[in-house]
Amino acid sequence: MTKIRPEHQSIVVRFAGDSGDGVQLLGAQFAESTALAGADFATFPDFPAEIRAPVGTTFGVSAFQINLGARRIATAGDAPDVLVAFNPAALKVNLPLLPKGALVILNTDEFNERNFAKANIRADPRETGALADYQVIEIPIKALTLEAVKDSGLSRRDAERCKNFWALGAILWMFGRDRAPMEAWINRKFAKAPDVLAGNLAALHAGHAYAETAELSAEIPQFEIGAAPMSPGDYRSITGAEALALGLAAAGELADKPVLFCSYPITPASPLLHHLSRMGDLGVATFQAEDEIAAACAAIGASYGGAIGVTSSSGPGIALKTEAIGLAIAAELPLVVVNSQRGGPSTGLPTKTEQSDLYQAVYGRNADAPVPVIAAAGPGDCFDAAIEATRVALRHMTPVFLLTDGYIANAAGPWAIPDMADYEPILHNAPPQAPDSDDPADLKRAIWARDPESLGRPWVAPGMKGLAHRIGGLEKDIETGDISYEAANHQAMTELRARKVASVAKFIRPQEVEQGPERGPLAVVGWGSTHGVIWRAVEAARKEGLDAAQIHLRWLNPLPDNLGALLRGYERVLLPEMNMGQCATLLRDRLEIGVIPLNKVSGQPFKIAEILDAIRAHYPAAARTPKPAAVGAAQ
Amino acid sequence: MTAPLTAKDFATDQEVRWCPGCGDYAILKAVQKTLADIGANPDETVFVSGIGCSSRFPYYVKSYGFHTIHGRAPAFATGLKLANPDLDVWVVTGDGDGLSIGGNHLLHALRRNVNVQVLLFNNEIYGLTKGQYSPTSRIGTRSPSSPKGSIDAPVSPCLFALGAGAKFIARGIDTDAKHLGETLKAAHAFEGAAFVEIFQNCIVYNADVFSSFTEKKVADDAQIHVEHGKPLLFAKGAKGLRFNPQTFRLEVAAVGEGGVPQTDILVHDETNPALAQLLLSMPQPDFPVALGVIYRAPAAAAFEKGFWAGRARPGERAGRVADALRRGSVWTKKAG
Ligand SMILES: Cc1ncc(C[n+]2csc(CCOP(=O)(O)OP(=O)(O)O)c2C)c(N)n1
Ligand code: SF4
Ligand SMILES: [Mg+2]
Repeated sequence: MTKIRPEHQSIVVRFAGDSGDGVQLLGAQFAESTALAGADFATFPDFPAEIRAPVGTTFGVSAFQINLGARRIATAGDAPDVLVAFNPAALKVNLPLLPKGALVILNTDEFNERNFAKANIRADPRETGALADYQVIEIPIKALTLEAVKDSGLSRRDAERCKNFWALGAILWMFGRDRAPMEAWINRKFAKAPDVLAGNLAALHAGHAYAETAELSAEIPQFEIGAAPMSPGDYRSITGAEALALGLAAAGELADKPVLFCSYPITPASPLLHHLSRMGDLGVATFQAEDEIAAACAAIGASYGGAIGVTSSSGPGIALKTEAIGLAIAAELPLVVVNSQRGGPSTGLPTKTEQSDLYQAVYGRNADAPVPVIAAAGPGDCFDAAIEATRVALRHMTPVFLLTDGYIANAAGPWAIPDMADYEPILHNAPPQAPDSDDPADLKRAIWARDPESLGRPWVAPGMKGLAHRIGGLEKDIETGDISYEAANHQAMTELRARKVASVAKFIRPQEVEQGPERGPLAVVGWGSTHGVIWRAVEAARKEGLDAAQIHLRWLNPLPDNLGALLRGYERVLLPEMNMGQCATLLRDRLEIGVIPLNKVSGQPFKIAEILDAIRAHYPAAARTPKPAAVGAAQ
Repeated sequence: MTAPLTAKDFATDQEVRWCPGCGDYAILKAVQKTLADIGANPDETVFVSGIGCSSRFPYYVKSYGFHTIHGRAPAFATGLKLANPDLDVWVVTGDGDGLSIGGNHLLHALRRNVNVQVLLFNNEIYGLTKGQYSPTSRIGTRSPSSPKGSIDAPVSPCLFALGAGAKFIARGIDTDAKHLGETLKAAHAFEGAAFVEIFQNCIVYNADVFSSFTEKKVADDAQIHVEHGKPLLFAKGAKGLRFNPQTFRLEVAAVGEGGVPQTDILVHDETNPALAQLLLSMPQPDFPVALGVIYRAPAAAAFEKGFWAGRARPGERAGRVADALRRGSVWTKKAG
């Protein structure tokens, strides 16, 4: 049989089933195997909001999508080329995502009247013509699994649960993958439950053997995805939440300070709390507070005490932290505030992704209370973003917002493991010597002697000898830190706080253009998790001969000093974001630059095609010249 | 060797800005004297407060001090103690700060047993915002926001603390410096969250709400100073508290000639939460107000102990991030 080589050297596979079907584990293991095969990939789990929704219902469908390729993979893929559906509900929910000609693998054991009723399906989709446009393979996965594991000693219920490994075996064969690493993983993972171990191994092998001998009428295709061109080095797979946790631990190590992470559980921010809770050996401790206000206040207390205070939540919890963030601004203490954004307002769409807390981060506090804001561009970038956020917090003695989102937190891809030796230590403004003077004002001046560049004040923590002083949220005298209600002083302090945040721009990299010309007809500007999808869309546009550029923002407050001039070099600026135009407002506000917004708030990430279509639609007509040939001829 | 510090050494250069005659002055004095008595090191001592008249306290104590935001001092103090468990942390709060906006944080700091002293200045009113009724105000309290008298039932701070799982609960009066000082010392010596309610007179917005038991001429009859292992006697020994097993309640009994023998009187057992509950629930004016250390549970580890997973100091690193980056499965892409 010939192997299929997909057109773009990449293919999108989606597994879908009930929460209890184990599709997330199946997906994660397939991703692991993909990594070991040297291909590039990006994954995206799509969970239901309910923990265990009733079996067989459409709202209980859990899915895992992976895009894998022998080329650079920038997103989890627009549309699945292959769908594995474990029940009718999973088919119903995911069918609209499929392009014509997609391969659909059905677990036929679940295709019965009872399950059609649960999924609100009137007639068997295999008979109504609903699947006419697809290539369908029907496999009784459940029955075959039960048969395969019958000697393992598992109960029927537990035996059935091995079916994700059966499917994994079949998929591994379809992609010509080695089973040995998966076997090793199963041996390790289930070492304590020998019957489950035996069952899962038997299922894995049976699935593989089944696909190989194809005991059914339709032949199961095999795909060939080679290794992707990646720079040499060591890689691992990482989610945004894991990378962020490691980044915070790394920041603590680089600063040689303890990290105290204070949080209250909320989707999709909790994985960060869970990962950090296992990093005690790295100088990190986690405190699960009674609410988000307490979490923020405890983190500020920790910073005051000389540790790196970090607090994390999603939009609703960040709202609760707002007053405390103001306190950290007033007291000039470092604090890292991580927001894993989700759909809103209110409880909104807890498990779906959005970028709609940018206003909240940049503008969302009482009074003139500026805070630096950085956004991570993808899972791996969370590591560097955490280090950078901490560096700024300590240098300028200020809270810093680090924006990520539900997509980044849960999405995974290969990550070139960084070398810690490449990172500069994180410095802070050292505490002063206690002055040898009887005038209390001398001590106060020393405590508030700010660095002239960063305006960061010395980090004085209780326990330091001779430096006892009193601070709080009341306005302070600019020199002594004493309470001051003086009009001129408040003016000066407000301006100082603004200048302090603005000064961050002196320390950050100037804005670069990621692809395309440094001036030209159209720039696509993005921030946060849209990085990958914009990258691929701009690449595709450029292949079509459209001279588009990609510019990705990292610091949103302050913006890089050169950004205004850079953006003015383009005739048009297109700004896709998963909100109603918040970054567009920011650019208009800060740079007086009008942009063409492209907004999506469906809870789902952008598709490449959506951005590519917008590039085509907004590309200036005058700039449309038959480009490649003309350039070539001139040489 | 430098001379030991005196109460004066704990006064700051800041002008104290409470109303003349406010009970806060007396408490400040008692605290400053206590700090001197216990030999506190100002460099290792931190006063943390929320917002309110009472919460201005840290500005007036010459140690480290942090005036946080309304109600959040216990949460802030918890983070501070986790960052540096060696610090001696005092939390100062009010009845509004600690029991309305910050009730949740107080509850959790107490149940976690964070090793701090919590001083709740109870004046049964919101002083700083000009006299609205508070969660400890008695029913019928007339205030700018309750001109016809408040209708909500008050919370008892100490019963709240007991319910929250506090392991040290004590009570004192602002102007009774000697007794308050002893109580503060006991609170300081306790390892864990030590809760002290201090009856504080707000002379401007709620003057004399406590006079029915604080006035000199009624004090003997209206107060009972409890001491572990000693009989629960008051009124100069003429009266005592005994337990009625039929009603499961306390009773006031005359002691001695014409009354009950002293052996009938309960002996205070500060480790008994049921007794604490009874002492804190005594209705006035039929019963005296219990003062002193009402409840002190046997020692339990403070929250911050062992928080850093048994490491000698916060942030101590047994592992390196460089190794952690390689936990799990790592694959190598070869050159060429
Ligand atoms: C978030 C917030 N809400 C409201 C206030 C206004 N406020 C300041 S102090 C206070 C009440 C203080 O009462 P209490 O804790 O009893 O202190 P006291 O002044 O009586 O000592 C209020 C409502 C505030 N500062 N912050
Ligand atoms: S208002 Fe009351 S509590 Fe506040 S300072 Fe004046 S007397 Fe004291
Ligand atoms: Mg009060």
